[in-house]
Amino acid sequence: MNDAATALRISLPQLEAAPPSTRVSIDIRDLDFHYGKGHALKNVSMAVPANSVTAIIGPSGCGKSTLLRTINRIYEIYPDQYAAGSIAIDGRNVLDRRYPLSDLRRLVGMVFQKPTPFPSSIRANVAFALSYYERLSKSEINDRIEDALRQAALWDEVKDKLSHSALSLSGGQQQRLCIARAIAVRPEILLLDEATSALDPISTAKIEELIHELREHFTIVVVTHNMQQAARVSQRTAFFHLGELIEFGSTSDIFTNPREQRTRDYITGRYG
Amino acid sequence: MAVRAGRRVADVVAFTFATAATLFGLVWLAWILWTTLRQGAAALTPSLFTQMTPPPGTSGGLLNAFYGSAAMILLGVVIGAPIGVAAGTYLAEHGRYTRLATIVSFMNDILLSAPSIVIGLFIYQLVVRTAGHFSGYAGALALAMILLPIVVRTTEESLRLVPDQMREAGFALGLPRWRVTRQILYKAALSAILTGVLLGVARIAGETAPLLFTALNNQFWSSSLNAPLANVPVVIFQYAMSPYDEWHALAWAGAFVLMAFVLILNILVRLLARKGNQ
Repeated sequence: MNDAATALRISLPQLEAAPPSTRVSIDIRDLDFHYGKGHALKNVSMAVPANSVTAIIGPSGCGKSTLLRTINRIYEIYPDQYAAGSIAIDGRNVLDRRYPLSDLRRLVGMVFQKPTPFPSSIRANVAFALSYYERLSKSEINDRIEDALRQAALWDEVKDKLSHSALSLSGGQQQRLCIARAIAVRPEILLLDEATSALDPISTAKIEELIHELREHFTIVVVTHNMQQAARVSQRTAFFHLGELIEFGSTSDIFTNPREQRTRDYITGRYG
Repeated sequence: MAVRAGRRVADVVAFTFATAATLFGLVWLAWILWTTLRQGAAALTPSLFTQMTPPPGTSGGLLNAFYGSAAMILLGVVIGAPIGVAAGTYLAEHGRYTRLATIVSFMNDILLSAPSIVIGLFIYQLVVRTAGHFSGYAGALALAMILLPIVVRTTEESLRLVPDQMREAGFALGLPRWRVTRQILYKAALSAILTGVLLGVARIAGETAPLLFTALNNQFWSSSLNAPLANVPVVIFQYAMSPYDEWHALAWAGAFVLMAFVLILNILVRLLARKGNQ
């Protein structure tokens, strides 16, 4: 282990495991993003591999959340925000206006920094988008709800109170509910935007474990402020600075043997 | 020490002043309730709710006026609340960043502060003159016009209070805007929107000026909204101005019922708001 990782005092338990998958899930080419007059992403190109966890790290305002928000085009609900370039998922450019938003967002689930349970029952939260996309019988819906809650490691805690308000759950449970809600429609890709930063350490550990398990079924992109977390959960890491992709490589390389001085400075805590 | 003493004095002064101001406000409210109760006591009997407004010199009640007021308020809410919620939704959601929304919002503010007599006059010209007679419909329309901007404003504000993250979470699931609005945002803002409607009802319940030229009044029982309709505020006005003691008592009793109605509505609003906060 080299000095950068030593300086961080982190262990990198899974760096040897999990050879990165070769299939590209999200192919980002020459992506530029503008907020009014601000230029948030500059000519970003990266290929996110399927069925693995990719972490996006970098100081505040570096464009890491913006990158996530571009992948599912959630930025479009605000005026004066534009993306140029291409993001190909399954070979189709999703930034193309003709790509239907509901198709894209079914393919790409998203979980936010703060838990966002809807003000209704636990069951209704998970079933929410299901009934919009698919015609399912009541028992099929119940099965899918159970599947999603099991996958999100929440089933045992809520199975007896599915009709209770989602707002009655703890913060960590709410966040796992949001993950269940996102995966209920069976997306290919899961975007987690600092999904643990509002949670306590125990809930954070649960979600990290969950990310580890979900990797088998989904392509996961996590944005995080927490470098230890990036090292713990991801196979590949991208370092962003001032809207530019500085370095993208296997997590072990980024944390133990970065090529760029700026990456080295950031992970050793020289700025951020 | 001098600093601490100074602060203590300032604290006592501020506390005294705030308490006095609160009491000053409360005293008037209690006084109004007490006066209406005392003056109307003679007429506050079951027959208040079972008999019609009487001719001078005989006893009676306010049944026709209560019915007329209830019918016009109800119709006013049925017309005004849905349009108000829809317009407020447009301002907060669909039209959020558009020029049209800014203009509509500004016009709504003007309507909100328009004197109610102007609204009465407008409906008089528009409906009463056109139809050739006063009617309960015209009265309900005038009340709806007063209710509308209140509901628009409270709906807009309640929806804006729902955090953007909630919208993003809904859109991120791929749901269309109307579904996000209906199933997530309305649910989150429900108690606040209902509060707005109830406050609006409390406001129109006592409006007199817009009814003077629209529903007018009716001494007799008439259930038709297409004819002049008795209503509590105008009856209070006419009876209080009259020289007859029985009419005075009825006017006070009507005023008391009106105050009690508004008070109950406000308590309901409180309960709703508390429920919404949980």
